[in-house]
Amino acid sequence: MDFLNALVAFVNFVGVPAIAYGSQLAIGALGVTLVYSVLRFSNFAHGDTMAFGTMITILVTWWLQSLGVSFGPLPTALLALPAGIAATMALMLFTDRTVYKFYRAQKAKPVVFVMVSLGVMFMMNGLVRFVIGPGDQRFADGERFLISARDFKAMTGLREGLAIKTTQGITVITAVIVVALLFWFLNKTRTGKSMRAYSDNEDLALLSGINPERVVMYTWLIVASLATIAGVLYGLDKSFKPFTYFQLLLPIFAAAIVGGLGSPIGAIAGGFIIAFSEVTITYAWKKVLTYVLPESLKPDGLVQLLSTDYKFAVSFTILVIVLLFKPTGLFKGKAV
Amino acid sequence: MKKLMMATAAAALTAGTAFAGGHAKEVKLGILLGFTGPIESLTPHMAGAAEMAAAEVSASGKLLDGAKVTTMRGDSACIDNGIATASAEKLLSDGVNGIMGSDCSGVTGAVLQNVAVPNGMVMVSPSASSPGLSTMEDNGLFFRTTPSDARQGQIMAEVLKDRGVNSIALTYTNNDYGKGLSDAIKTSFEAAGGEVTIVAAHEDGKGDYSAEVGALASAGGDVLVVAGYLDQGGLGIIQGALDTGAFDTFGLPDGMVGDSLPQNVGPDLDGSFGQFPGSQSQGADIFAEMTKDADFDGSSAYVGESYDAAALILLAMQAAGSMNPADYAGKILDVANAPGEPINPGELGKALEILAAGGQIDYQGATGVELIGPGESAGSYREIEIKDGAVTTVKYR
Repeated sequence: MDFLNALVAFVNFVGVPAIAYGSQLAIGALGVTLVYSVLRFSNFAHGDTMAFGTMITILVTWWLQSLGVSFGPLPTALLALPAGIAATMALMLFTDRTVYKFYRAQKAKPVVFVMVSLGVMFMMNGLVRFVIGPGDQRFADGERFLISARDFKAMTGLREGLAIKTTQGITVITAVIVVALLFWFLNKTRTGKSMRAYSDNEDLALLSGINPERVVMYTWLIVASLATIAGVLYGLDKSFKPFTYFQLLLPIFAAAIVGGLGSPIGAIAGGFIIAFSEVTITYAWKKVLTYVLPESLKPDGLVQLLSTDYKFAVSFTILVIVLLFKPTGLFKGKAV
Repeated sequence: MKKLMMATAAAALTAGTAFAGGHAKEVKLGILLGFTGPIESLTPHMAGAAEMAAAEVSASGKLLDGAKVTTMRGDSACIDNGIATASAEKLLSDGVNGIMGSDCSGVTGAVLQNVAVPNGMVMVSPSASSPGLSTMEDNGLFFRTTPSDARQGQIMAEVLKDRGVNSIALTYTNNDYGKGLSDAIKTSFEAAGGEVTIVAAHEDGKGDYSAEVGALASAGGDVLVVAGYLDQGGLGIIQGALDTGAFDTFGLPDGMVGDSLPQNVGPDLDGSFGQFPGSQSQGADIFAEMTKDADFDGSSAYVGESYDAAALILLAMQAAGSMNPADYAGKILDVANAPGEPINPGELGKALEILAAGGQIDYQGATGVELIGPGESAGSYREIEIKDGAVTTVKYR
């Protein structure tokens, strides 16, 4: 019984939140990694692309809510998601035509592209704040919990509760579907194969008759969908705030680099590594150990490796270690 | 006879300087508050109250022989020292004679050290509550109409103890305000025999607080005390703790008390409790009546303190017969404390008259002002509890 209590406490405070956060990071990192492998630059505007897509989704959600439309126990935002994705796709194609295309024609160096994306980031930053404002927006509705801590305790008779929020469930399910779709697309379809070919060797791909502009276009369309989905899932689970999304850029890049830039599997693994390390290394083990250990060995202190102040230091330490000893990342991506 | 002679001489002297000051016919009062930033929803009401005090003094026509008070607003941004000092310097170059401000503890300290002290400018803050400001070198130029958080720590400990709470987990927003307050709560609560299981900082403006909530839950405790901001990380922590079933009851210091918190969290917050500065003086009722028709919300936090801060500056000028900060800084404690005629809000004209005649006043104002030690409010607090989704007053302490 004590062992079960310990397990539930651990899953409740570490497992569930870290899996949800990791899924959100993984989808975000997939977008970054795709831009890096096909277009060959680190897209700093990714966090703000997520914010833009989420903003459109929120606006459409409000509109649907005002019409009295709801999605039963699920959040209305899921109905509004396609609209958000479509708008973000339009924005991505517009920025590509007006900004990136010019530098592609110049055959600009990757570092120039990075700086250009920084400029795009500031523009989007301003755009989002201009439309929806800098404040916090909460747009999750529907059923709040799949299982609430209180119900779980009543159901099992355990002393520890386990809570799973609806948004956490949706996050994980959506992440699985998105990743499966993406891998099917990259490996089985003609367009996906041409994207991979273009990514592996640009000249050879061009010689074999692949149209580069089409590849670039499809990449942006996929990136727009990934960014919007990641943004909306994160916003549903926590809350939407433009500045928070801008800051998400750091863990997302850490995830993509740890996994190996350009490697889709790496991006997913990286997302979970970053999420779990942020939560586990700063976790205070007192509660879990009190259940597992015999009375005489009960810990007095918190048994916490690092204070939660160092949460962000953890992901960056991992990043530095990976860059020092395995610069291509865990899954053989490209060296930065 | 001798006393009378002295009094007349003093009166003549005051009248003389007052006359000299009166030539300018204009007193400029700077209002330095965070019109942008984390407390931007509170500051328009605070500034409105300060401007109301200035208008009242102007209308009476008795300040320094009929000087008019002009107010100027400056933005402290609440958490940006650069913006705050730049705004303060701008106010100074516009020739203000005193500054009502600033609001948040961090920027107040920065403005005090970088602008006010080097230029000999008087600052009266309505809301900076960090204990650190009590000991900061201020050359007698800094005052506040809000109590130090050291006092709030004692009150919080009393509230917890009275409710039979023996152990708490404590989390604070990682800045001057949060750190100062959490230190004060920890010290006072432990002195009262309580146990603090963990003290953990949280950063504002993040989306994910699962690591913090995990650590707090593991440490355990009867109540989670959140020394943060209700629109920021404080809300995220409470939401996370409720979602995971880690804590049911929360201790809410002043930064967490507001109607938006029960609105955002929902019925689960019922039963949580806390306190924020407030008093049940006669002045508070008069002030509530006065602000009924005003274009700002008189019941918002720190509004009475703002009115009092502005009034104290102007009354001290009258007492000193000068609008020069070096002359009137020393008079602020005199007008704020006994002995003298008690002055309620709305009676600033009467107070100016008494002072002009050489009399003494004991300014009570909207918050029952009583300045102690290094020029800060002694502090009375309103204990609140969340009942049926609304903040309700339990009693005054």
